[in-house]
This record gives sequence, structure tokens and C-alpha cells, in this order.
Amino acid sequence: MSEAAGQQHPIGIYLKIWILLFVLSTFSYLVDWYQFQGFVRWTLILIFMFLKAGFIVAIFMHLTWERLSLKYVLLLPPLAILVLIALMSIEGDYTNFTRHLFFDR
Amino acid sequence: MSVDTDKTTTFTEPGVAGMVSDWSSDKQAFDMPWGKLMMWIFLLSDTFIFSIFLTGYMNVRMSATDQWPNPSEVFALTLFGVHLPLILIAIMTFVLITSSGTMAMAVNYAYRGDRRKTAILMGLTALLGASFVGMQAFEWTKLIVEEGIRPWGNPMGAAQFGSTFFMITGFHGLHVTGGVIYLAIVARKVGRGDYEKKGYAIVEIAGLYWHFVDLVWVFIFAFFYLW
Repeated sequence: MSEAAGQQHPIGIYLKIWILLFVLSTFSYLVDWYQFQGFVRWTLILIFMFLKAGFIVAIFMHLTWERLSLKYVLLLPPLAILVLIALMSIEGDYTNFTRHLFFDR
Repeated sequence: MSVDTDKTTTFTEPGVAGMVSDWSSDKQAFDMPWGKLMMWIFLLSDTFIFSIFLTGYMNVRMSATDQWPNPSEVFALTLFGVHLPLILIAIMTFVLITSSGTMAMAVNYAYRGDRRKTAILMGLTALLGASFVGMQAFEWTKLIVEEGIRPWGNPMGAAQFGSTFFMITGFHGLHVTGGVIYLAIVARKVGRGDYEKKGYAIVEIAGLYWHFVDLVWVFIFAFFYLW
């Protein structure tokens, strides 16, 4: 049966990733604690966020051990979101600009 | 499962060549039970839902002309006389990560055939998830009752803060609640031995959903609470 060879890995790897996620979460909390601002803050937030997300998907969700077919099905479509983010940030900037232009006291 | 695939000969070739043969041969394209593939496809669609929510949040935050309320202060708590910024959110994050860890171990024990440990670990995961929802209910109550935050406005600044906050965390909380119920049902069935014949892929499938809920929280934590 197809289930017989499900994902099997030593327990230790989950404990290690778990601890790593704890440490990374602590780091992102410390970003706020020490009140980093501006570019440094955003960079640190994004680095810790992508590291955490990567470890969850790769190890906890076992994507590292899946076949390339599944990896592409899951990782390529979300790239379209980047287009939406770009468009919406241009639009948001523009809305902000016109609001200042027309509604400022 | 009804599709007969000879795994030893069909899913062995690695890399791009393997992917091409997976797709071009006259056989099942993905090397997994159909339920697991369906869960992955569902999670992909859910990724888009949360991405669109967060992008919408980015858009209204960029276009707001009023000052955006400082989340560090809005979500601060005073514990034992000490003023701690974002402390409840940090605790919720640790609880959710811990529940992801216990879930990953439950999947592991399920494939080893250890029913008792699997059921206990899944139950623990559901309990941690329930405590997450409880803390979220506490947070919402505090925000609504004490700080006067509403979806249409708040005393601290930009009105869009409330609408995006309640929509995004509410939708995520709904996912966690659904996950707790899902896990509790599967844990009970595992404990009873309902899957002895079918196999334990169901635990991995439930696990995928649960890790996804944790994954979404990573993004909400970064973009809504820390940004």
C-alpha cells in the first residue's frame, strides 16, 4: 500500500527544528524589545520570518523529502503574489499622495 | 489508494528528469495518497487567501493618512507590575510553535505504529491550539472593552487598524479553532484504532494543516505585530 512508506525520520530532527524556531521567535521578539527602527527593523523582521517559514515548510511539512513535482506545484504559484504586492504598494502610495493633496488641512 | 502504482519502479528517478517522467508517464503524477495531495492543494489556495488579506492590509496601511497605532504599545501588558510590550503575542507564538513540534512528533509516531503516543501527542497539540484560541479571545476582549478598538475606528489613530486586525486575526483564529476540532476527532479515531487497516497517512494530512496554521501565524506576527 502507498502509506507503508510514509515520511519517516528520526525524532531528533523535530526537536532541533523546534528549538531553532523558539530561538528565531525570541530574536524577532527582541527586534521589538530593543526598538530597532526603520530599515534595520524591517530587514531583521523579514529575515527571521523567512527562516521560520522555511524551516516549518521544509522540515515539519516534509517538503524537503518530497518529489520535485510537488515542490514546483507548491512554490511557483505563490510567486504571482509578488505582482499583487507590487501593484498594491504603488496604488497605496498613490492613494496616500492624493489624500494629502486633497484632504490636508 | 485504488490506483495501483508500483512505487519501486515508478517514483525512483530523482530531479528534473524524474519530474518529467512523473508527468509524462501514463500513471499517477504525485507520489502520495490522494488525500495528502488534496490537502496540499487546499493549503495552496489558503495561502492565496491569507496573502490577499495581508496585501490588503499593506495597501490600507500605506494609504492611511492618520498615524498608524503602534502595535508594540497596543498589545502591551503589565504583568506583576512590569510593563511588557507584545508579551501576550510572544507567548501565543511560542504556544503555537510548541504545538507544531508536538504535531510533527505525532506524525512520526503514527508511521511507527505507536497508536497511544500518537493519540496523546495529537491531543496535546489540540490542547495547545485551544489555549492559543483562549489567549486570542482574551486579547480581543481587552482590545474591544478596554482600548475601544472597533472595526470602524479607534482612539489611537488610523481607523483601518481595527478592520484589518479583526479580519486577519479572526480568520486565522477560525483556522486554529477548526484545526483543534479536526485534530481532536482524528486523535480519538487513532486511539480507537480506526486506521489500523487504512494506514496512518491521515495523521500526516492533519499535521500538514496544523503546520500551515502555524506558518500563517509567522507571517501575521511579522507583518501585523512587529512591522
